[in-house]
Amino acid sequence: MTGSPADGGVGSLLRELAPQVLGAVARRSDDFGAAEDAVQEALIAAASRWPVEGLPRNPRGWLYHVALRRLTDQLRSEVARRRREHAVASEVWAEWAFVPPPDADRAVDQDDTLTLLFMCSHPALTPPSAIALTLRAVGGLTTAEIASAFLVPEATMAQRISRAKQSIKSSGVRFSLPGEQQRDTRLAQVLQVLYLIFNEGYTTTAGPHLHRVDLSGEAIRLGRLLRALLPADREVAGLLALMLLTDARRTARTGPMGELIPLDEQDRSLWDRYLIAEGVTLVSEALSGGPGWYAVQAAIAAVHDEAPGAEDTDWPQILALYDVLKGISDNPMVALNHAIAVAMVHGPSTGLELLDALDRDRRMAGHYRLDAVRGHLLERAGDRAGALVHYRAAAERTASLPERNYLLTKAARLAATGDS
Amino acid sequence: MRYMLMMHVPRGTGEYQVSDWAPQDLQAHIDFMGQLNRELTEKGELVAGEGLTPPGQARVVRAKKDGTPAVTDGPFPEAKEFLAGFWIVEVDRAERAYEIAAKVSSAPGPGGTPLVIPVEVRQVMSGPPEV
Repeated sequence: MTGSPADGGVGSLLRELAPQVLGAVARRSDDFGAAEDAVQEALIAAASRWPVEGLPRNPRGWLYHVALRRLTDQLRSEVARRRREHAVASEVWAEWAFVPPPDADRAVDQDDTLTLLFMCSHPALTPPSAIALTLRAVGGLTTAEIASAFLVPEATMAQRISRAKQSIKSSGVRFSLPGEQQRDTRLAQVLQVLYLIFNEGYTTTAGPHLHRVDLSGEAIRLGRLLRALLPADREVAGLLALMLLTDARRTARTGPMGELIPLDEQDRSLWDRYLIAEGVTLVSEALSGGPGWYAVQAAIAAVHDEAPGAEDTDWPQILALYDVLKGISDNPMVALNHAIAVAMVHGPSTGLELLDALDRDRRMAGHYRLDAVRGHLLERAGDRAGALVHYRAAAERTASLPERNYLLTKAARLAATGDS
Repeated sequence: MRYMLMMHVPRGTGEYQVSDWAPQDLQAHIDFMGQLNRELTEKGELVAGEGLTPPGQARVVRAKKDGTPAVTDGPFPEAKEFLAGFWIVEVDRAERAYEIAAKVSSAPGPGGTPLVIPVEVRQVMSGPPEV
């Protein structure tokens, strides 16, 4: 996916430069789609020429100029077409394209990449569109790579990206950073898109599909990029920490056949110590100015990651963090995890009482996770028959194959111990 | 040539037949399916393959007069068998699709005995033939 040794690292260099160049070109065009096409063509030209001819002295400037030239060509032919069709020559909007901008050689503004990220998470886009566009425009992945990562046909993904660009165009949004008032809301959308990309990669690592783009790795890469652009933002640090601390456990969370291994049964020697160390440092920084949604979740992940064994887990600390998280958001999944923490500290029956309240929450009623957690707590409380019922109910409702198999196995083991 | 292999399995005590099995039998069954998928992928034969959620969550949808969906439970709550999953494979002859179907059919059940699951094999229609 990225630069193979054979191309002398050109691939990874291009992916690093792509969003910067696109940002700079998009700033000078009214048409984001046209800017994106022009940059893609410049990238293709570079990918075929640089490995042969060697790197130009200023790779970013080279890409920028080639992309601008392509854009100019496109606009010229567009103007010519309109002239033919409408006999209108007053295409003032294209004027700049015929003259190189005076600052063409200046260092590309870092704000351009940030603006690009904000634009790709625009509220006019559905989450799948925002994800696809972010991976394409900022991540520099090809449509084929994104399609294979989401297991959809390439034509479907191409259409999704094209419609996303169209939505941005018709929403009339300008290529500029959101104002002070909108900034926090819009940044929250950017963070959510990155987290969705991460989770997509994290939950679909199993299965027979080989050679897929590593979406979790992509999300972390984009998280690092965002962190470099906004080093003072604590939620940016919190999200990056959360992704690192979760990804650190990736190799331990599935078995050789793709089966799910829960946290308390994982081989902790497989956890990535470097990622954990980096994540823990980031968490402290993220929490320094007060609790944020991602920062607190990262802190919980850190407490798990720092326990040498499952039995060493500092559950009172985790419970305290879930109390904080409940104060930040009225999210039923948080309430569910809070109930687990309560059960670990005060015993399963106290946790089960909290689940009863969740039964009445319409957002949660009938959700398989509620059954799975209830099964788990009933098992811990020694109610084997009750646990069995809820494990099976959860297995019937989950749409995740590894999770279904895990729950069925739990139920089968429980049934077998009862027989003996 | 592409074929769709549809696996119909009997309903168990719960929605899933496998709910009643011993842990080692369940594990053997899961491993068998995983291994099969890996083989089909490695041979370049697997186009798509998915397991489906059980029929308790199935709905039948018909369009009302105004085009909006009329949703009912179904398809057949009382049916003894249901479609549990499917594969689409790309093979050069029908016999190979039958071989794969037989492999699916022989998936181990309780005590390791082959289940002999009925697998429906249908050729997937293609675009216009080349001239």
